Amino acid sequence: MKPSPFDYHAPADLDEALDVLARVGPDGGKVLAGGQSLIPLLNMRLAAPAHLVDINRLTELATVEAGPGGVRVGALARHATVERSTPAAAVQPLLGQALRLVAHPVIRNRGTVVGSLVHADPSAELPAVLALLGGSVRLAHRGGEREVAAAEFFTGPMESAAAPGELAVSAFFPARPPRSGTAFCEVARRHGDYAMAGVAAAVTLDEDFRIAAARVACVSVGPIPVVVDVADACGGRPEASADWAAAAAAVRDRIEPEADIHATADYRRHLTGVLAVRALRGAAVEAAGEEGT
Amino acid sequence: MNHPITLTVNGVVREATVPARRLLSDCLRHDLGLTGTHVGCEHGVCGACTVLLDGEPVRSCLMFAATADGHEITTVEGLAAADGTLSPAQRAFAECHGLQCGFCTPGFLCTVTAFLRENAAPTDEEVVEAISGNLCRCTGYQNIIKAVHRAAELQAETRADKEEGAR
Ligand SMILES: Cc1cc2nc3c(=O)[nH]c(=O)nc-3n(C[C@H](O)[C@H](O)[C@H](O)COP(=O)(O)OP(=O)(O)OC[C@H]3O[C@@H](n4cnc5c(N)ncnc54)[C@H](O)[C@@H]3O)c2cc1C
Ligand code: FES
Ligand code: FES
Repeated sequence: MKPSPFDYHAPADLDEALDVLARVGPDGGKVLAGGQSLIPLLNMRLAAPAHLVDINRLTELATVEAGPGGVRVGALARHATVERSTPAAAVQPLLGQALRLVAHPVIRNRGTVVGSLVHADPSAELPAVLALLGGSVRLAHRGGEREVAAAEFFTGPMESAAAPGELAVSAFFPARPPRSGTAFCEVARRHGDYAMAGVAAAVTLDEDFRIAAARVACVSVGPIPVVVDVADACGGRPEASADWAAAAAAVRDRIEPEADIHATADYRRHLTGVLAVRALRGAAVEAAGEEGT
Repeated sequence: MNHPITLTVNGVVREATVPARRLLSDCLRHDLGLTGTHVGCEHGVCGACTVLLDGEPVRSCLMFAATADGHEITTVEGLAAADGTLSPAQRAFAECHGLQCGFCTPGFLCTVTAFLRENAAPTDEEVVEAISGNLCRCTGYQNIIKAVHRAAELQAETRADKEEGAR
């Protein structure tokens, strides 16, 4: 099918974009970034905004800045660019680990990291990454901007704190602390599809290689990414003797999966437990290796 | 409202005036008459509409023609040489029976052409990953995978020949 008609705006820079958005945002204006989620919705007529503000000419936002504190990704940085960024991978490897699971390489050439966050699909990988790491999104409007923490940014399925008229200009992913590792494990019906269940994990070890911090973020099992702190459940022991079964139980208790055509709620709960152990162990092993190097 | 746009398609500057909602796939097919680009699903899943945007493979059904204004597009019509000599990927698909009905082929060819430019000697696993976003309902994929490896060989031979010729 084809999209219904809309007024098209193609601002040349950020100032102009914020002006246009201030005007058409309250009137049902939407931002068009990579279009890899929005255009399918338009083609299927599940969305019919009166205005589209195309930000693809805002090349000033096509940035990936990796510093000691973390990685700041601009609104026009495509998935593929961030995935291939060596400096970003060195500062926060979970970004690349997650991006390899997002759709197919060709979709990643257009889709943007920030667009995926604003889209806030509860099955998407990047919102889980932002939530797990405690990152944030910077929202700009004409005359000001605000930095919204991940915990406040995701407000419901396909709903974020970005208000009409606001442009998400960048997202910040905090750096991996020392002696830490990360992993992302998921199961999808077909390679490249949204996952039936998926778990991102981050583990930090103490100086004696015991688990000091361990958190997971689960996708497809709640209205927003479900973050669970499992450090206590793991029992403060090294990877080889940690109580992974208790960690999995803690995760299964916290999630609220629903049944759909792809999987029952029980199966999703079981799968999430299995994936949590896989991701946590992978992250712990990476953390131990990190210490060795 | 209609928008005047200028695209460089297969090396030729083309102009069109399109409504904002015109998908790039429809612009290529309807406005520019290049029907080699096929349209299957219009939601990014089948890959039949894949074209090269400034050399990178993208879904032309998930992009507005107005967004592509000022950019370079290569479609399946632009893969062969000016004299009609087929590209390595095209020759390999023909040789290895990498197509039956041909509906998916333009998308595969564009995807594979860009892939082999980045990875001239891929493993089986890398080939499968590269074409994982393209659906084919006829071949069962095995001959497509063979064709990608064969295309890599042909590309290497063509390059060697060119270097030989340059000497
Ligand atoms: C076949 C297919 C498979 C896919 N599989 C996956 C998958 O497995 N996992 C996954 O995570 N994603 C998947 N995706 C979606 C893909 O990752 C999208 O790129 C991403 O969700 C949205 O990014 P975008 O830049 O394309 O945003 P768009 O489609 O342009 O926009 C999406 C939404 O966000 C808003 N928006 C975008 N950018 C901004 C901004 N800067 N400020 C304010 N609002 C903004 C738009 O208004 C719109 O509502 C898939 C897509 C396809 C077509
Ligand atoms: S028609 Fe574009 S991906 Fe199917
Ligand atoms: S050859 Fe018929 S769909 Fe691929």
